[in-house]
Amino acid sequence: MSRTNVILLAVLLTAACALPFIVSNYRTFQFTLVLVYAIALLGLNILTGYNGQISLGHGAFYALGAYCAAILMDKMGAPYWVTIPAAGAVCLVAGFLFGLPALRLEGLYLALATFALGVATPQLLKYHHLEKWTGGVQGIVIAKPEAPFGLPVNADQWLYFFTLAVTLGMFLLAWNLLRGRIGRALMAIRDHHLAAESMGVHNALYKSLAFGVSALYTGVAGALGAIAVQFVAPDSFNIFLSIMLLVGIVVGGLASISGALYGALFIQFVPNIADEISKAAPWAIFGIFMIGFVYLMPTGVAGAVRLLLARRRSHEI
Amino acid sequence: MAGAVASQPLLRVQDVAVRFGGIVALDGVSFDVMPGHIVGLIGPNGAGKTTLFNCVSRLYECERGDIGFDGSSLLAVPRHRIAALGIGRTFQNLALFRTMSVLDNVMVGRHCRTSGGFFANALRLPFAIRSDREAREYAHALLTLLGLESVAATRVSELPFGTQKRVELARALASQPKLLLLDEPASGLNHEEVGKLGALIRGLREKLRLTVLLVEHHMNLVMSISDWVVALNFGRRIAQGASAEVREHPELVKAYLGTA
Ligand SMILES: Nc1ncnc2c1ncn2[C@@H]1O[C@H](COP(=O)(O)OP(=O)(O)OP(=O)(O)O)[C@@H](O)[C@H]1O
Ligand SMILES: [Mg+2]
Repeated sequence: MSRTNVILLAVLLTAACALPFIVSNYRTFQFTLVLVYAIALLGLNILTGYNGQISLGHGAFYALGAYCAAILMDKMGAPYWVTIPAAGAVCLVAGFLFGLPALRLEGLYLALATFALGVATPQLLKYHHLEKWTGGVQGIVIAKPEAPFGLPVNADQWLYFFTLAVTLGMFLLAWNLLRGRIGRALMAIRDHHLAAESMGVHNALYKSLAFGVSALYTGVAGALGAIAVQFVAPDSFNIFLSIMLLVGIVVGGLASISGALYGALFIQFVPNIADEISKAAPWAIFGIFMIGFVYLMPTGVAGAVRLLLARRRSHEI
Repeated sequence: MAGAVASQPLLRVQDVAVRFGGIVALDGVSFDVMPGHIVGLIGPNGAGKTTLFNCVSRLYECERGDIGFDGSSLLAVPRHRIAALGIGRTFQNLALFRTMSVLDNVMVGRHCRTSGGFFANALRLPFAIRSDREAREYAHALLTLLGLESVAATRVSELPFGTQKRVELARALASQPKLLLLDEPASGLNHEEVGKLGALIRGLREKLRLTVLLVEHHMNLVMSISDWVVALNFGRRIAQGASAEVREHPELVKAYLGTA
């Protein structure tokens, strides 16, 4: 990392820690969701941005993670923090297993298969034989965790800090993964799969593992999201969520780690802004924002920021 | 050069046949490549040269025959294991990782000589860091050897064609192959560059103790650097021998005149 990057990161971290003491509880809650989406988008970006496998159904893994957390907490009395690694592990396995048959599919065909997963998920969650666990259409209400050790923060603030810590950990792991041997292999598969295999990359294994890791990230996000909103129900995880995640990585920047954060801010706040601009046609306004972003920043917000920093650096010299 | 003791062929192609629908791309081709040799594989367009390379790389399945490397058959080896066995290659139409830097391309070439999976890399375990550092150093050394050091951080898609070809060569060398397959390395190069390429291939052979199988239309290049030449036409071997013999071979003359 360059010095500018380290300074930027330090400023950002300080601001992130100060934030819940400056803004309202509701805003704090919204920023918790931004962090949650950032983790989910990072997961999708590992798969789609870095490895070139498109997914229109990542909402399914988000839902799986969310239900893991809800069921563990509500039906089994597990503490909330246990549900995070549990949801991650379940989604890792689910993603890997889904990735295996998906190996046979490329491009648009993979898009269709994942789309099928995305649309089927809410219906599976309503399946009445599973009702005992999932709560059917009603879903599950979960209790809000309180700050431990008598820390002088309220529940919203605590959950924000908890989510922030998980986010930092997940981003660090992803950064490690992507800047080394595995990241290079994943991008090589994306750029030229036959050449990658001729260089000794085990494409089938790496693509399935990328699916698994991607699902793990999105599942962890789902669990955190469920705890934050204190509720899961099938219809919160419809195909719209999957599409929004895809919008997030494209607007934020494909194959970029910081892009996940920009994308998360976009999908969390732009719908609200659009709603304030026009109550009649908020999604039309959202669409205009989306097209505007992509038009002005064709490599995503992360790409634009990178260009800006590079330009500043060349001015300094 | 091949030593007196090197009597076993490094690559043994035996009666290999490949068909695409009605097209017979290879029709019972056999030849040997001795260790330390530069073997030229020539023939008119569509003769089956690239198809043969793709069989050795396991990108295509052989319908018949066998390909032996270092004494054992390649036909049961999965594609991604070929590099680790010691076979490196370049592609006729560039097959670089376009969005990645020159250095990263070459480091992917070293994938099979490095270790550390998803878990080790995510946690940056010491052995994974070490392996990464070693790969970086090796890649830099190759870039220096091939005069690519100044473009190490450049995205390959931004480089001129000739430079991209050299990046492919560096990437192929990164796995420390015993056998290097070069598919038309001189295409798109000017006269002077072709001369340098010949010297480079010979130099690499000495320095890295390579065996080279070279597909090339540039006859002067093939004939000047090859120890042995194999000529194909319509998927069959029509001649083989030392350059001087093959150059005069009536079948070869006919093949080239026939397609000119
Ligand atoms: N994947 C494929 N599918 C169908 N036909 C193929 C395929 N690959 C090669 N062929 C056919 O097999 C024959 C041999 O092709 P190949 O590419 O091996 O020739 P080549 O000797 O490398 O020619 P060139 O000098 O033009 O590169 C040609 O008729 C070609 O059209
Ligand atoms: Mg060819």
